[in-house]
Amino acid sequence: MKAAPFAYHRPGAVNEAVDLLAEYGDDAKILAGGQSLVPMLAMRLTHFDNLVDISRIEELVGIDLCDGEVRIGAATPHAFVGMDDEVADSVPLLTLATPYIGHFQIRTRGTLGGAIAHADPAAEYAAVALALDARMEAVSPRGAREIAAKEFFTGLWENSMALDEILTAVRFPVWGARSGFAVEEFARRHGDFAIAGAAVAVELDDDHRVTRCGIGLLGLGSTPLRGSPAEDAVLDRPVGEITADEVGRLAISSLDDIPADLQGSATYRAKVGATMVARAWKSATAEASNA
Amino acid sequence: MHEWPVQMSVNGQPTEASVEPRLTLADYLRERCGLTGTHLGCEHGACGACTVLVDGQAMRSCLMFAVQADGCEVTTVEGIASEDGELSPVQAALRECHGLQCGFCTPGFVVSITALLQENPTPTDEEIREGLSGNFCRCTGYQGIVNAVHLAVEMQA
Repeated sequence: MKAAPFAYHRPGAVNEAVDLLAEYGDDAKILAGGQSLVPMLAMRLTHFDNLVDISRIEELVGIDLCDGEVRIGAATPHAFVGMDDEVADSVPLLTLATPYIGHFQIRTRGTLGGAIAHADPAAEYAAVALALDARMEAVSPRGAREIAAKEFFTGLWENSMALDEILTAVRFPVWGARSGFAVEEFARRHGDFAIAGAAVAVELDDDHRVTRCGIGLLGLGSTPLRGSPAEDAVLDRPVGEITADEVGRLAISSLDDIPADLQGSATYRAKVGATMVARAWKSATAEASNA
Repeated sequence: MHEWPVQMSVNGQPTEASVEPRLTLADYLRERCGLTGTHLGCEHGACGACTVLVDGQAMRSCLMFAVQADGCEVTTVEGIASEDGELSPVQAALRECHGLQCGFCTPGFVVSITALLQENPTPTDEEIREGLSGNFCRCTGYQGIVNAVHLAVEMQA
């Protein structure tokens, strides 16, 4: 249970980190909080000749509110995100998702960017990023670019960044005043990877019609996913006419890659997923209706 | 592989060494500092036995390389009691409430509960249970540990 030898690099700035990645190519891996990578190295499920530790790059840590968005530096620890008042006011879905991530001893070290770049299908922040149409900022030797959340997650533990690209920040849009948010997930023990879960955001107009809805699903595929059929079905309808069961059922209706493992069959996970969506929908719409 | 020099304060004492990057903070504390109170159960972040404070925050010392703690202040279970050996309220409460049996998981619980009560000195029962969820105990069935946290809260009030 010890990692195989590797060379360690501690760049002081993003451009230095990018240069290291460009130099070493697929022999290098970014080390941020390490709460997923270090166990994988320890169990020798993976190995890299070079680890590039970005956790001390100051420009990657911080939370800023600007132009209707909350921009969170990639190396900002979960615990900072979860405790931040500005995040709680502006992007409550992140605040609600944080307690579900591992345990508090993991959240002190794990980072928002690390969790999203790792792209685990059960990652809470990834589901939130999808539900809110967040935008990823990435830097490579070719410059900076933005990647939409829906273009980011490409497979199990895979994202659409190039080998020499670093996720530097994630920008979460701030939704309107008549919005509601909820996260629900089911795990056998608190802090375990969820069997299934959902992050739901909903926005209503003055006539109680749904003007915007985002549903992030976790644990229900090889990547974090969106419950698009449910999002489409609720749009422009009066919220009172929509049942939570309908939203849950539709959210999982197009999934074709639900994992089956010792924790449960695909059918079971689908059922749990629909229930989590339904519960989150109920809470989110209740909050939006009272806002 | 190329070694890195590291310096860190451990329980208030300055330490320094040249380490392989793959050396975990847990192994640094146990093997280089001789502080074997930090226990290694699973070595992949699940069991919590290796929990220490790094700059005041509870972290898994098996999920950090020693080189990443360079320049940090680390507190292990050996640094929780007062210098004359008097148990901290958390330690005394665990003894009083039979919050340990074999003792393997205890260092992780002591450090985690200490951090938990620093952050939230008056946790609810639910908050205590959530706070303990990152540490495994295979002897006690947890009830004695939960009771110990309640008692530690009273003792610190």
